[in-house]
Amino acid sequence: MSVLRVEMTVPRSAFDVIAAFEVPAGRVLGIVGPNGAGKSSILAGIAGLVEARGNVLLGDRDLAALPAEQRGVGVVFQDLLLFPHLDVRDNVAFPQRVRLGGRRAAREAVEPWLARLDLAALADRHPGSLSGGQAQRVALARALAAEPDVLLLDEPMAALDVEVRDEVRADLARHLRDFGGPAIVVTHDREDAAALADEVLAVERGRVVQRGTLAELAADPATAWVARFASGRAV
Amino acid sequence: MPRRRTGPVVAILGGLGLALLVLPLVGLVARAPWNELPALLGSDTVLQALVLSLGTAAASTVACLVLGIPLAVLLSHSVHWPVVPRRLLRAAVTVPMVLPPVIGGIALLLLLGRRGLLGQWLADLGLALPFTTPAVVIAQTFVAMPFLVFAVEGALRSADRRSEVAAASLGASRAQVFRLVTLPLVAPGIAAGAVLCFSRALGEFGATITFAGSFPGVTRTLPIASYLAMNSDPDTAIALALVLLAVSLVVLLALRDRWMPGVVR
Repeated sequence: MSVLRVEMTVPRSAFDVIAAFEVPAGRVLGIVGPNGAGKSSILAGIAGLVEARGNVLLGDRDLAALPAEQRGVGVVFQDLLLFPHLDVRDNVAFPQRVRLGGRRAAREAVEPWLARLDLAALADRHPGSLSGGQAQRVALARALAAEPDVLLLDEPMAALDVEVRDEVRADLARHLRDFGGPAIVVTHDREDAAALADEVLAVERGRVVQRGTLAELAADPATAWVARFASGRAV
Repeated sequence: MPRRRTGPVVAILGGLGLALLVLPLVGLVARAPWNELPALLGSDTVLQALVLSLGTAAASTVACLVLGIPLAVLLSHSVHWPVVPRRLLRAAVTVPMVLPPVIGGIALLLLLGRRGLLGQWLADLGLALPFTTPAVVIAQTFVAMPFLVFAVEGALRSADRRSEVAAASLGASRAQVFRLVTLPLVAPGIAAGAVLCFSRALGEFGATITFAGSFPGVTRTLPIASYLAMNSDPDTAIALALVLLAVSLVVLLALRDRWMPGVVR
């Protein structure tokens, strides 16, 4: 497993988002910051879903030279983007289907993933009939079934009801620990960052302002926003 | 919001408009020779025209799907183009909808006729299109394709295209994204477009008779047969018209119940 080294600029209309950081394999980096700071743009740049300049190195491979579908970067999107016309099994089987070419082989190949994410009972349902927590598990299973080298999660708890958050967060933390590659979680919630990430990167107006554990950020915050965030006061 | 009462002017003009739309069909049904209808419908004239019409309309619908879906994709991409080529493309697709079909037929003849721009070259290869069944299909495709293109383009516009981004991040190539995500998402639009296309092709008259003529069993479709019979044999003409009307009603019902749930409630 390799280290992810990001050094890139994502052009946006208001301001460019500039980010340089590393994530070792098996570690989870939280990216935190106020709304519109450019957190999601960093993820999209790494995944190759928007135009970006610079390098995205995984070990000695430069992912930036590859189109999105060849990067091996799994993404769980903020609004999940499950395929509405496919049932849960076909959603999770999608990455295998495009790799293996056949639908039936792919449907068999994803059985273990359905079991691991406790989706076997939901396999024949369509996304429209799932609860927020269930849909989130499907999105995670679909991203993991692609067997990505890097895993990116964009506000994974945003679409969830308050009652299920604790449970889903604990599940997610477990799956992130099992993942093994470098992972990044974008969030604006301190509790999510504390539970899911080993370290956080604070981003404001497209610039990295600080990196460290939440305790380090709380002890010596670089900006007023970081101070509020790390101490757990309302942001 | 309080319910608004319908005023007398709206009621009278609206009623007249409705009468203009419906009364001719009432006339057609009232004047139909119901007793002789089974025999008329089984006659060679009707069967020949019906088989030819259904076959050519089906073939031109397939042609519209094969050529029109990519054209709709191109049209949906053209929003990123400069203004002039973007408007030219949209205008080119719209022209067959507003052009009198007879003019379309003349234009096809000038392009594909024996001495036409492409036709003389085809003639050298021993291919003569005018006044053949393929010419009927070409004429129908010419007038019907815009209906499919605009239906599919509308569906492409309203579908959530971010699913395509998700598919790419899961390893799907552009072709796989199109086949496994885009096409299924716009399938209702394609189905609605195909039905509209089929009914437009079925009713095609002007371009067909100009470009393909009227040879029984070869190019004489239902509308042409019905028009020709009106002079000599009105009962047959009415029988032919009823067949067309029945097919149109089936198309309308299919559209309403299955493929346009968001439009018709």
